[in-house]
Amino acid sequence: MLETTLFYIFSFVAIVSAILVITQRNVVHSAIFLAATLLAVAGIFLTLHAEFLAGVQVIVYVGGILVLFVFVIMLIALNRTEVERQFNRQWTLAAITAAVLVAEFAYVIFRGKETFPLPSATAAAPAIAVTGNSQLVGVSLYTNYLLPFEIASILLLVAIVGAVVLSKKKTAED
Amino acid sequence: MNLDSFIDWILLPLIKIGILFGLLSLVIAYLTLLERKIIAFMQVRLGPMRVGPHGLLQPIADGIKLMLKEDIVPSRADKIVFTLAPVITLIPAFIVFAVIPFGPRSIHIPGFTIPGLNVQVAERTTGFFITDLNIGLLYVLAVSSIGILGIILGGWASNSKYPLLGALRSAAQMVSYEVALGFSIMGVLMMAGTLSLVEIVNAQKNAGAWYVFLQPVGFILFFICGVAETNRAPFDLPEAESELVAGFHTEYSGFRFSLFFLAEYAAMIVVSSMAVTLFWGGWLRPFPNIAALGFLGLVPGFLWFALKVLVFLYFYLWFRASWPRYRYDQLMKIGWQVLMPIAIANVIVTAVLVLWLGGSR
Amino acid sequence: MNIPPVNISSILPAAVLSIVGIAVMVAEPFVDRSKKTLLGWLALAGVMAAMLAIYPMSENRGQWYSNLWIVDDYNIFFHVIFLLIAGITILTSLDFLEREEINHPEFYSLLLFATAGMLMMSGANELIMVFIGLEVLSIATYVLAGFRRTDLKSNESALKYFLLGSFSSAFFLYGVALVFGATGSTNLIEIAEALRSSSLQITLVYLAAALMLIALCFKVAVAPFHIWTPDVYEGAPTPVTGFMSVGPKAAGFAVFIRVFMTAFPQIQDRWISIIWMVAALTMILGNVIAVSQTNIKRMLAYSSIAHAGYIAVAFASGSRRGVSAALFYMLAYALTNLGAFAVVTILSRSEDKLTNISDYAGLAAKRPGLAALLTIFLLSLAGIPGTAGFSGKFFIFRSSVESGLLSLTVIGVITTVVSFYYYLYIVVQMYMREPGEEFSDLRVPASLKIALLIAAIGTLYLGLLPTRVLDWSTTAALTALR
Repeated sequence: MLETTLFYIFSFVAIVSAILVITQRNVVHSAIFLAATLLAVAGIFLTLHAEFLAGVQVIVYVGGILVLFVFVIMLIALNRTEVERQFNRQWTLAAITAAVLVAEFAYVIFRGKETFPLPSATAAAPAIAVTGNSQLVGVSLYTNYLLPFEIASILLLVAIVGAVVLSKKKTAED
Repeated sequence: MNLDSFIDWILLPLIKIGILFGLLSLVIAYLTLLERKIIAFMQVRLGPMRVGPHGLLQPIADGIKLMLKEDIVPSRADKIVFTLAPVITLIPAFIVFAVIPFGPRSIHIPGFTIPGLNVQVAERTTGFFITDLNIGLLYVLAVSSIGILGIILGGWASNSKYPLLGALRSAAQMVSYEVALGFSIMGVLMMAGTLSLVEIVNAQKNAGAWYVFLQPVGFILFFICGVAETNRAPFDLPEAESELVAGFHTEYSGFRFSLFFLAEYAAMIVVSSMAVTLFWGGWLRPFPNIAALGFLGLVPGFLWFALKVLVFLYFYLWFRASWPRYRYDQLMKIGWQVLMPIAIANVIVTAVLVLWLGGSR
Repeated sequence: MNIPPVNISSILPAAVLSIVGIAVMVAEPFVDRSKKTLLGWLALAGVMAAMLAIYPMSENRGQWYSNLWIVDDYNIFFHVIFLLIAGITILTSLDFLEREEINHPEFYSLLLFATAGMLMMSGANELIMVFIGLEVLSIATYVLAGFRRTDLKSNESALKYFLLGSFSSAFFLYGVALVFGATGSTNLIEIAEALRSSSLQITLVYLAAALMLIALCFKVAVAPFHIWTPDVYEGAPTPVTGFMSVGPKAAGFAVFIRVFMTAFPQIQDRWISIIWMVAALTMILGNVIAVSQTNIKRMLAYSSIAHAGYIAVAFASGSRRGVSAALFYMLAYALTNLGAFAVVTILSRSEDKLTNISDYAGLAAKRPGLAALLTIFLLSLAGIPGTAGFSGKFFIFRSSVESGLLSLTVIGVITTVVSFYYYLYIVVQMYMREPGEEFSDLRVPASLKIALLIAAIGTLYLGLLPTRVLDWSTTAALTALR
């Protein structure tokens, strides 16, 4: 009961702030609402007993990525973005399309809700509490998901190299 | 919800939070006095002497001054963000304390019957901490990383040059040092095999040695990065008085300023407490196996904890009195080119040793 | 703790590529500025080593790493295609990078990583693996597209590709999440088993499959998800355009076929009809719009869209023959198109500027060799008998007729005829117009000669003696249809 209520509160916060992220004209305000969204998602993880994920979500997204976002935002001319004409003119069309998509999703998820093989909450939760959520994540990363875990390191390397290649200063060589 | 779980999950934590909050405010207030006194002594001065004997009432006078001061909001500031920023910084700085274990799980509350209602309350044991999360360490890192946002937003919202520069410096510094900070803790994690702070202290008890002796490099890295994370000298670039006036909080005054101030000192206490918990045995007393020193066991755990924290707070003040500030490029260089490689090497060496020696688990 | 066996041999080619990719970057500071091309040759050696590594891999058939990775003929076939693509692309870029003064060895590293990502996609037996492989490929390709950093068009290309590519990745992830919600697994075989049990409601799986279909359609650039293609292809450095037009496309189809054939055979009638429509629309749009292009890179972009349509026809037949034809066609198209782009690279000259079709006027008179080669490639793209393109199209249409897709076959044949116009128009320009350009400054270094030779021999071999490769692709297709 408590968890359901919390879930609805967190989801509400997440969705409302997510909408505000894209409707705010001021980029810094968007960033603040993005922080709210990310924290609310961390809260949802907590209600699902995924404590490790919640912690990592806050560290990586709020503490890392969002701070870098804000860092970059401050380096660009903000007052120009507020007066500049944005080229998202077709918003009626977009709104209609989005509404249709939402209706479609809602219908399918409503029709298919019995499909989700939800385990009875009492059966699964204690087992996780005993072994510890972080250990479970660690064990499955290093055993079953070893290969994707290793490839993910290549993925990160590619991203770093790519960022450096695209942004490094012009040298005398160029 | 029955009475027992009400007591366990709501009443007891609330009482503890109340006590902790009161104590913390007091400690922070007197930490400021301590800072002024110690620095004064180091510089052969007397420090505050007028308010109360030896200036002991000075923090209260300061507090009243901050409350009564005019609250100025720059006319072109972003008012909402300007107000929000100190709060964003303060809240994480305080809620981190929820998981810090000040003492062992040893508070005994005998069972009793509430007279008149005839309700039986069971006997229970609780600890000198608000809660013991299984992701305690992660929680500390996560929550304290939110605080950075407040500093950056505060600097931006002031709509003024010096605060913006301070905020930018702060963002870069925090992000850079957070990485090394995370790596420096990994050695402890691998040895203890748990993220729960209470269990980490217990693991040190079982290992028979505080982790500072097993992880000296990790400790030094942790404390350097911790000082940088709290924006204290010699890493106080975000608020460098001599170049940026006061950095991100130049435009803040009165009560809002005091929030930033509180957060900074709370963060200092957090870093000291974490250093004690992770590396210096938390509430454990020194020399547990020397019989002649058995009387040390009479001192309760939380006092040992407080004593150790005090030592680290003293270090903070000592640093401030003795070291000049780093230049920005030096700061970045140290963070990425010195601390990071050492931290990674430390992780690798520790991992190999833990595997090789079969671990302390 | 139960640690599953680590079998390095089964992932050896990808591992070799990753290690050489890192080695190239590590070696960079030690190599003299004027000799950076050496690192390109190192990368090429890496690709060849990976090619050799296919042999130990093929000795280790079966599922590895907790059933996340599968080594079968299908995977091996794609390994060969991808490594060929990587090799030819490196050969085409060696001179290009020097000429454009962007000789940063990171280019080769990124190319090798992208190829490793493709290898991971073709052997993935699990959706998480597919996604990670896809991201390795995509991120590396975004950067490659923007590699000419000072050029606005290249920036535009990278940015557009990045934004739309991220959207499509998000679609794929939504699909994976829903599949996991509906079946409780991300393993393809387990998903198929879960779908076979009648107790499951299938509606959610429809949505999941649709979302994944959208994402993969974007990656392989078929209509109506093709809008990004011309701009991206036009702005990217020419060798990269060649790579993008074949590499990610083949990898996308590798995943497309594997995921839909293995995991969703139960709902095949539903997705087949969607692919039918996609194929028809793609062939019509791609070929018709290509007619009006004046820039050869944009023209080849639309042509690549059209070719994705033909592969989709083979896929829509949903049979073993169809899959086999698709595999064959991908190999044929890869060789032909890389050859064409190698010629375009030579002709575009410095700044990558001369890419209009009118710039090709009179080429045959001055440089008959190059003109002849480009003619072979264009004829193969059009599907003239004797070339790889013809055999490929023949097998595709045979399989679609066998599966009863008559109207689709008719659309395919008609649009092929339309495509003759724009391919032959270039040939006409080369052979029957007065030269407007001076072609004496063209450089054809050894590396490009090798690339052109491989592509031309491959094109003719697949056109004249297709049976051996076809037999092989049929074996490969068999393993994909479990």
